[in-house]
Amino acid sequence: MAAPIVSISNLVKAYAGGFTALDGIDLSIQRGEILALLGPNGAGKTTLISTICGIATPSSGAIRVGGYDVVEDFRDARRMIGLVPQELTLEPFEKVRDTVRFSRGLFGKPRDDAYLDQVLKDLSLWDKRDNKIVTLSGGMKRRVLIAKALSHEPDVLFLDEPTAGVDVELRRDMWRVVEALKAKGTTIILTTHYIEEAEAIADRIAVINKGQIMLVEETAALMDRMGRKEAVIDLAAPLSAIPEALHNYDLSLAGDGCQLIYGYDTSAERTGIRRLLNDLEAAGITMRDLSTRQSSLEEVFVKLVHAEDAA
Amino acid sequence: MNLTATLVIFRYEMKRFFRTILQSLVSPIISTSLYFVVFGAAIGARMEEIEGTSYGAFIVPGLIMLTVLTQSISNASFGIYFPKFIGTIYEILSAPVSSLEIVIGYVGAAAVKALMIGLIILATSFLFVPLSIAHPVWMLAFLVMTCICFAMFGFIIGILAKNFEQLQLVPLLVVTPLVFLGGSFYSISMLPPVWQTISLFNPVVYLVSGFRWSFFGVADVPIGLSLLAIAAFTALAFGTIWWIFKTGYRIRD
Ligand SMILES: Nc1ncnc2c1ncn2[C@@H]1O[C@H](COP(=O)(O)OP(=O)(O)OP(=O)(O)O)[C@@H](O)[C@H]1O
Ligand SMILES: [Mg+2]
Repeated sequence: MAAPIVSISNLVKAYAGGFTALDGIDLSIQRGEILALLGPNGAGKTTLISTICGIATPSSGAIRVGGYDVVEDFRDARRMIGLVPQELTLEPFEKVRDTVRFSRGLFGKPRDDAYLDQVLKDLSLWDKRDNKIVTLSGGMKRRVLIAKALSHEPDVLFLDEPTAGVDVELRRDMWRVVEALKAKGTTIILTTHYIEEAEAIADRIAVINKGQIMLVEETAALMDRMGRKEAVIDLAAPLSAIPEALHNYDLSLAGDGCQLIYGYDTSAERTGIRRLLNDLEAAGITMRDLSTRQSSLEEVFVKLVHAEDAA
Repeated sequence: MNLTATLVIFRYEMKRFFRTILQSLVSPIISTSLYFVVFGAAIGARMEEIEGTSYGAFIVPGLIMLTVLTQSISNASFGIYFPKFIGTIYEILSAPVSSLEIVIGYVGAAAVKALMIGLIILATSFLFVPLSIAHPVWMLAFLVMTCICFAMFGFIIGILAKNFEQLQLVPLLVVTPLVFLGGSFYSISMLPPVWQTISLFNPVVYLVSGFRWSFFGVADVPIGLSLLAIAAFTALAFGTIWWIFKTGYRIRD
C-alpha cells in the first residue's frame, strides 16, 4: 500500500484547562479516499482536525501530512490542507470574491482569478460573488467557507460538519462537489452527524468517542460485519402474541400484530429463515409476504458508543 | 518566506482603514485642532517661549506623538483582536505562514496607518503655528520607529485582551497618562527636581524628547538615550511577540 497522506501516531491533546480531548489517536488516511469521522458531541472530532491543521498544538505524538511533520515542516504540511471549519466564521463586511482571494494569497499562491471563478461557479456562488458576506444566508456562508478552503487547491480537504443546518438541495450539491474532488484525487476527511450520509459517501468510517478511535473500517466491510439483517414477515391474520412454539427465535411483533420481525446476523452460517418459515407453517400461521432489510450504520454506531459507555 | 501572505494581510488591513477613512482621519485632526486652539492660541498666548520656541510650536511634536501612539496601538490591537473575536483567525493559524510574516502584515499596516495620520497632523500644524523642522530625516526616522514599536505593543494587547473593554483600557489607562506626563506639553526641565527624576522612568519622555529634538534641536534627555530607549522598547515588544507565538499563549490552543 502507498504511504498514507495523513498519518497520526499516538496523538494526545490536552487543553490548557487539563482536559484530555484526544487520548492516543492512531490513524492513517490514504491518498484519494473519503474518510468519515463519526462520534457523539464532544468526542474530539473538531479537536483532531484542529490539531492536524495547526489551530491547536499537539501535546504529544506525531502528525504527518504528505510526509511532512505538521509542527516541524508546518509550511509544507499546511500548504496541502484545506479546512472548512464547523462554525460559520467569516469577515462580515468582506465581499465573497475578495475573501476567497484573500485565502488563496494567505496560502502563498499567486493570484488566479480563472480558477477562483470556477470554484465559485461550482459552488453556485457566482451570482453572489460581489455580495457582502453579511448579506448571505447560512447555507451560502457554508459554501463560501468551502470556496475559501478550495481556493489554494489543497490535496487534503477537511470538512467539519459541512451539512449541519444545510437544506436537502445544498446537501446534494455539496456531495456532488465532494465526488468531483475525489475524482480529481483530493483526499477528504469529513465529520457529520448524519450517519446515512457517511454510509453513502465515505470509503472508510472512523468512529471516535471520548478522544479515542473506536474503529476504522471500510464502509462496506463494516456494514457486512456489523450489519444485522431483519426479515419482515407479513401475516394473513394478526397475532396477539408470539406463539409458544416460536420462542426460540429472535422475533417481535409489529404493525398491530400483522408483522413478525425476525432479526438475524448476516455473518452467521445459517440465517435460519427457512427453518422459521417451516415452523410458522407448522404452527398454522399463514404468511402473505416476506422482505428483508439491513440495519443502518446508525444502529451500528449507537451500539458501539453505548458498548463503550457501558464498559 | 510566504511574502504573498504578508502582503495579503497588509492589504486587507489597509482596506479596513480606507473603508472608514473619514473616521480614521477626521477625529485625530479635529482633536489636534482643538489642542491648538486651547493650548496654543488661548493658553500659549500667555506663556513665555520655551527654550526659544513659541508654546504653540513647542507642543506640536508632543501632539503628534500622542496621536501616533494611540493610533498605532489601537489599530494594531483591533486588527488582531477582531479575527480572534469573530473566529476568522482559524484561517491565519492554519495557513503556511510564520509568526514573523503574520506580525509584519498586521504591525506593518497599523504602523503605516499611524504614520499617515501623524504626517497629516504635522501638515495641519503648519496651518496653526509657524514651524520649522531642524532635522527632517531624524524626525521621520523617530516617527517611523515609534509607529512600528507601538504597533507591536498594540498587537500584543490585541492578543492578550479577553474582551473589548480590555482592548480599550490599556490605551486609556496607560498610554494617555504616560503621554501627558511625558513632557508632551511642557519641558521636563520645568518640573521640580523630584518629578524630573520620576519622569525619567516614563518611557514616553524619551520618545517625545527625541522627536522634539528633531524639530527644534533641543532635548530633555540626550538624543542617544532616546534612540536607545526606542531600540529597547522595540526589542521588548519583539521578544514578547516571539514568546507569544512560541508558546501559543492566548492564540493557539
Ligand atoms: N479550546 C478548548 N479548551 C478546552 N476544552 C475544549 C476546547 N475545545 C474543545 N474542548 C473540549 O474537548 C472536547 C472535544 O471537543 P470537540 O470540539 O473536539 O468535539 P467534537 O467531536 O467536535 O463535538 P461536536 O460534534 O459537538 O462538534 C469537548 O469536551 C470540549 O468541551
Ligand atoms: Mg466539532
